[in-house]
Amino acid sequence: MANFTPVSALIGGLLIGLAAVILLLFNGRIMGVTGITGGVMQPQRHDLLWRVLFLASLAVAPILYAKAMSESITIEVTGSLPALIIGGFLVGLGACAASGCTSGHGVCGLGRLSKRSLVVTVTFMATSIATVYVMRHMVGSAS
Amino acid sequence: MKQLIATIVSGLVFGLGLTISGMVNPAKISGFLDIAGNWDPSLAIVLAAAAGVTALTFSLILRRQRPILDSKFHVPTRTDVDYMLVLGAGIFGIGWGIAGFCPGPVYTTLLQGRWETLVVFVAMIAGMAVFKFGSAYAASHRNRGGAAGPVLTADGSDIQERRS
Repeated sequence: MANFTPVSALIGGLLIGLAAVILLLFNGRIMGVTGITGGVMQPQRHDLLWRVLFLASLAVAPILYAKAMSESITIEVTGSLPALIIGGFLVGLGACAASGCTSGHGVCGLGRLSKRSLVVTVTFMATSIATVYVMRHMVGSAS
Repeated sequence: MKQLIATIVSGLVFGLGLTISGMVNPAKISGFLDIAGNWDPSLAIVLAAAAGVTALTFSLILRRQRPILDSKFHVPTRTDVDYMLVLGAGIFGIGWGIAGFCPGPVYTTLLQGRWETLVVFVAMIAGMAVFKFGSAYAASHRNRGGAAGPVLTADGSDIQERRS
């Protein structure tokens, strides 16, 4: 547990929760990245701009943070190219099929005490942990 | 206009939270998922804190007649657990384990000048497109056969408007 960072995890988590509160309280929307992306891919009238702005804000946030704090953002990608392609594809496919991902189901759905979201969150936590276990401790490739 | 400002504020706060918590770093995600290795429980705290905030506030917010800047809440109304939900979640988890990215951090890392995140982004959008257009195609074929089977909806379409 040498890499455990409880304080930044707590602050970051509270901010993520706050962001979900802002979107629901003001706009009545669930802060789910998969759902918001899905609406960009199949746009409805008067329903596109906010989605694009939300996703763009996600991308801009770390740039503003890095500038304000004069810090660089740590991004260590350990996956090989095939792992990134296959993993990314499965993330998109699975999240779409499950109608949401870590944000929509994990953060917002659990907050709404949704049974669907609980099932999804428990399932993806189990398969992600199992996947890493197989890759690192059985296959040993640690891709 | 006000709605768009709320959207941007929410997106920035979310992105900030992902950045500060370390969820933008795939190595940290893998460290959390690797319970048999040098386990890093940080992300359990991230999720617990975020879901704790929503659990304490969402029921109060949804008790309102409507959100502050819209005429109605746009929240999912489905409560059934079907095989597609579980299968999708299972596949999503496998992909998360392999790549170390879930959809939020894919966007948050997109402008960090790393080619890897662009690869994951394109692959993720491709996966979403395959499901969306694949299920739409399957549904149209089923309907042509006369059977009005359940339409596999990607998210968004199973979100119905809730008018209170």
